[in-house]
Amino acid sequence: MKINSIISIGKKEFKSYFVSPVGFIVIGIYLVISGWFLFSTLFLSKSVTLRDFFSLMPYIMSFIIPALTMKSFAEEYKTGSYEMLGTLPITTMEIALGKMVATWLFVLVMLIPTLSYPIALSTLGDLDSGLVFSGYIGALLLTGAFTAVGTLASTLTKNQIVAFLIGAAICFFITIIDGMVILLPKMIASVIQYISVGYHFTNISKGILDSRDIIYFLSIIFLSIMATGRRVNK
Amino acid sequence: MIEIKDLKKNYGTTEAVKGINLTINSGQIIGLLGPNGAGKSSTLRILTGYLKPTSGTIIVQDLDVQENELEIKKKIGYLPESAPLYSDMLVFDYLIYIAELREIPKENITNRLKELSLLCGINNVMHKSINSLSKGYKQRVGLAQAMMSDPEILVLDEPTTGLDPNQIVEIRNIIKEIGKKKTVIFSTHILSEAEATCDRIVIINNGNVVADGTPEELKKVMAGDVKIRLTVKNADEETLDGFFKNFPNIDSYTIEPESDLFNVTIYSVEDVRETIYLEIKKREWILINFSLEVKSLENIFRKLTKEQDNEN
Repeated sequence: MKINSIISIGKKEFKSYFVSPVGFIVIGIYLVISGWFLFSTLFLSKSVTLRDFFSLMPYIMSFIIPALTMKSFAEEYKTGSYEMLGTLPITTMEIALGKMVATWLFVLVMLIPTLSYPIALSTLGDLDSGLVFSGYIGALLLTGAFTAVGTLASTLTKNQIVAFLIGAAICFFITIIDGMVILLPKMIASVIQYISVGYHFTNISKGILDSRDIIYFLSIIFLSIMATGRRVNK
Repeated sequence: MIEIKDLKKNYGTTEAVKGINLTINSGQIIGLLGPNGAGKSSTLRILTGYLKPTSGTIIVQDLDVQENELEIKKKIGYLPESAPLYSDMLVFDYLIYIAELREIPKENITNRLKELSLLCGINNVMHKSINSLSKGYKQRVGLAQAMMSDPEILVLDEPTTGLDPNQIVEIRNIIKEIGKKKTVIFSTHILSEAEATCDRIVIINNGNVVADGTPEELKKVMAGDVKIRLTVKNADEETLDGFFKNFPNIDSYTIEPESDLFNVTIYSVEDVRETIYLEIKKREWILINFSLEVKSLENIFRKLTKEQDNEN
């Protein structure tokens, strides 16, 4: 594993988001949606909190992130440029990591403007800065997991739209799945709760930084990247 | 040295490569020649480590493609068919990207890019977006990309497809230039191309090697296939017929009258023009046209690939 190759690939992929309008459009859409959900209810509820912003994040991200990752591999397969990349002296794992990290970084760049929300709110009242901090830690892990899943989805097909739909379906499914547990017996419910992104993300954004939740997100990231590297190897 | 050993590749139930054996020595320009779908690209893709063979293997300088993939990839520069590049990048940025992945030391990158841009003639498009390049320039950028790390082996998959005649000549000259020092393996389905550039031609059809040798050797395979055309005036068909019937060393001939002329086509074992001329000189005939057509590789190619198809 050569760090330099990963950095080179990551740099190129990261830049590519800013070359085409797609990156800016996605940032714009995200900020409009998240901003609207936050501020439309803020003045009605009269409470200074980012709870809605974070609780809606998994739902919004499960569509935003696959839109960014869909081109990672699908486009290279389609244009044939993967044949060039795949015959360079680099491993598929380096390619997978480089691409995934680049998209993740882009998503984090997308989140930077949202830092203005807590800053704006703190002028209105007493904002719990600990909650905001753990919320952003959760956002970091959540977007990492979704990016890894989306990148994996992109290796499955040549068609970017299909890659988007697969990625979004998986992300959305693991987000909403813990909403169904009420109907299920306790045994199965706890298993489903464990694999659900929503459950772990809620824990973190509530301010509980438990190692179990962190390990959960890191293992999704790790497994997806491994699977991506393997899958591309074919 | 590259050894291709009993290489087979199946795509589902289709057998694309059916057991190719080939040894390629260093410093040769090899042309893999064959009709579309003959298995040329598959062979090259396995050599470059892009595809895995179904069975058999390729040994590059004592390294097995299946085990030492990365080591071999370092030795090989590859230009895939139709040069797929990243269309949204600038030529300069793209080449730097490749240089980084090929692990060219940072301080040498600028020099290397200068050398390559001169060799491939892309000096004046370095600042342009790959999107805006013509097919010929894309091919050259692809070529520059393949030669980035000055590899010992250069693999080019149909490097001249889709280019105009001038561009084809330019690319050929570049290939010849590189071939002076490196091993170049390229595939094509155009025969004249292989004939013009290669030290050795390997004809592949239906996943098998059907002929292998220098262009001259391959032409000799067809020796005994000399075709002579001549046109005479002032003769009549009967005497012409009698004349050629008893002529030594002629396999067959045809006579076609055309107003007051006769077009004669002669197939013979060797070039018999001298004796024919001396004989005609003795007569009252007027010789209008007299030419020799050595059977070109075109015929060999067509014959070999057709024969195969008939067998199947």
